[in-house]
Amino acid sequence: MNSIPMSWYLVFSIGLFCIGLFGVLARKNAVAIIMGLELMLNAVNVNLLAFWSYLYADGMSGLVFVTIVFAVAAAESAVGLALIISAYRRRNTVIAEDMNVLKG
Amino acid sequence: MTPMQIVFLLVASVTLASAVMVVSTRRMFHAALWLILTLLGVAILFALLESRFFTIVQVVVYVGAIAILVLFAVMLTRHVMSEDQPQLNRSWWIASLATIGLFTGMVLVMRTWPIFTTTQRAVGPGGEDLQKLGFAFVDPSGFMIPFEIVSVLLLAALIGAVFIAAERKGGKG
Amino acid sequence: MSFITDPVAFLANWLQGLLAGWGLSAEWLNFLMLLIGAVVLALLALFWTIFLIWVERKGIGRFQERPGPNRVGPFGLFQPFADMLKIFTKELITPKGVDWVPYNLAPVLIVASTIMIWAVLPFNSTTSGTNISIGILFVVAIGSLGEMGVIFGGWGSNNKYALLGSFRVLAQLISYEVPMVLVLLIPVMLSGSMALNEVVNSQHIWNIVLAPVAGLIYFICLMAENSRAPFDLAEADSEIVAGVNIEYSGLKFGFFYVGDFLHAFTMALLFATVFLGGWRGPYAEQYPILGFVYYFLKTWVVYFVNLWMRFSLPRFRIDQMMAFNWKILTPMALVILMTTALLDKLLPAGQPILRVGGFLVLNVILLVGISLLLSKLLSRRPRPVVAPTPRPVARR
Repeated sequence: MNSIPMSWYLVFSIGLFCIGLFGVLARKNAVAIIMGLELMLNAVNVNLLAFWSYLYADGMSGLVFVTIVFAVAAAESAVGLALIISAYRRRNTVIAEDMNVLKG
Repeated sequence: MTPMQIVFLLVASVTLASAVMVVSTRRMFHAALWLILTLLGVAILFALLESRFFTIVQVVVYVGAIAILVLFAVMLTRHVMSEDQPQLNRSWWIASLATIGLFTGMVLVMRTWPIFTTTQRAVGPGGEDLQKLGFAFVDPSGFMIPFEIVSVLLLAALIGAVFIAAERKGGKG
Repeated sequence: MSFITDPVAFLANWLQGLLAGWGLSAEWLNFLMLLIGAVVLALLALFWTIFLIWVERKGIGRFQERPGPNRVGPFGLFQPFADMLKIFTKELITPKGVDWVPYNLAPVLIVASTIMIWAVLPFNSTTSGTNISIGILFVVAIGSLGEMGVIFGGWGSNNKYALLGSFRVLAQLISYEVPMVLVLLIPVMLSGSMALNEVVNSQHIWNIVLAPVAGLIYFICLMAENSRAPFDLAEADSEIVAGVNIEYSGLKFGFFYVGDFLHAFTMALLFATVFLGGWRGPYAEQYPILGFVYYFLKTWVVYFVNLWMRFSLPRFRIDQMMAFNWKILTPMALVILMTTALLDKLLPAGQPILRVGGFLVLNVILLVGISLLLSKLLSRRPRPVVAPTPRPVARR
């Protein structure tokens, strides 16, 4: 017999998403931006699994979506961090604001 | 206050607190450590949602691979940015306004939805059926195409990462 | 069941009856039984390490034609106790500038990650810590907690050698996880479940007969995951002054030490579970205590082979190690996984002799083919001549 309302999970996931969003928008260090991005992806996973667990447990689309989010998060963090390290080697900085060669 | 509610409140508060520490602490290595704690907290929440497979997958993929990558990146780019200067950029107040606005907006919108506070679960006590998930992945009328596309994505990420890593040593064409 | 044929279940039943007689409610009873079981298992693992330390030191002594420890007690049996006394009473020196939380958490994580594996191993037809439906994935996840311990130790020590050592150990650990996970899929395929109890229960024919190449790859990867020779590059005195362990003294170093030895034995337990049929043997279902005996014997054989390789082989260079993993083990693991999956579906399910024969032929073809390919590739590399009379040089 379950006693946790679904709203708790959803509010938690919105909160985690907003904290990750703040990290992405407001931090200078590029690696810190990637960390905020990971928080946002985790919040999305919690949201999807909460809906799956409470409402749509017999369909598999929720779980498939979560698996794809895991795979995409792993791929983008690997490539993103490789790009940051490569850019650091060229320009000797990790501050995102200073990598502004393309700025018009 | 049932025990499950107490467990959830404890885990959720620890996770949110460490997420706040991730985005606000000065030393990058500590931010990475708080990130690991957040990821473990989310894994426990997955277990509370009766999804054991994704609990373990979260630990293997996020803590065991992505967090280690983040730690490597932190350690390899250590001395570049001094940890005494402010960590937030100039527009941090816009960011905080936007996030608080988003949070309150979403919560207010969702409160109008009647099923928002349901406590009844559709999932059985055994958790997910992995065999069904496996079948869904390879069923042409199921999710085979997203599965294949994700495989191509992972292949592209693999090739891209190898190329980025190799370009200093003369490149790969 | 009586005490002789099934000691653990008998004791558990007796204790449960006793505690229920004292009037505990059902969920508290369950919780208490699980807690007692967990504490007993962890303590058993830790105390068993004492014996393992003696076995290793005596064994390495005999392999190197010297007596090994023989002063403290008969055959040196109390030597580990002397070691323990020394380690307990040494001063815990904390260098200046360490990051306090990672520095102190590292030894704990390394030992905890090893003991947690004991929770999912089936010791018996009736005894196992817990039977999660994803036991094999749990083992992989626990490996990543051990990697965290290595990073924390390397960073927290505020020492460049520790950091470099931990980088190398980490590269080795995450590289060798890839073929390990790929190869672990083969017993999962053959038994249809990831739970370790089901993997053991379905091994009417041992998995090592059906997939010897997979067993070989798994054995090598387990040795590399444990940083055992020949993969102990990162903690060798001649390489990097002891790597991650540099700044740890006293009991904290003792934790690293215990973690290393216990992981070797846990590795043997895992291999025996997944590939050698665990506790299975004649009459193991009727008399569960025989399950303990068979499991113990199989684990000791695997552990002895592990020690044998440790004492006999020189260590790899880091580039040799990485090349071995990515150029040989991972492609081999991928090929054996795909071909075993194909063959598993092609061969009819009911005839064990045909299946065993088919799988063995496949594995032999794979091994022979890869060795021929390798020897042909290796013979093309130019052999560097550093002296007038040709002297042997490590080519790869």
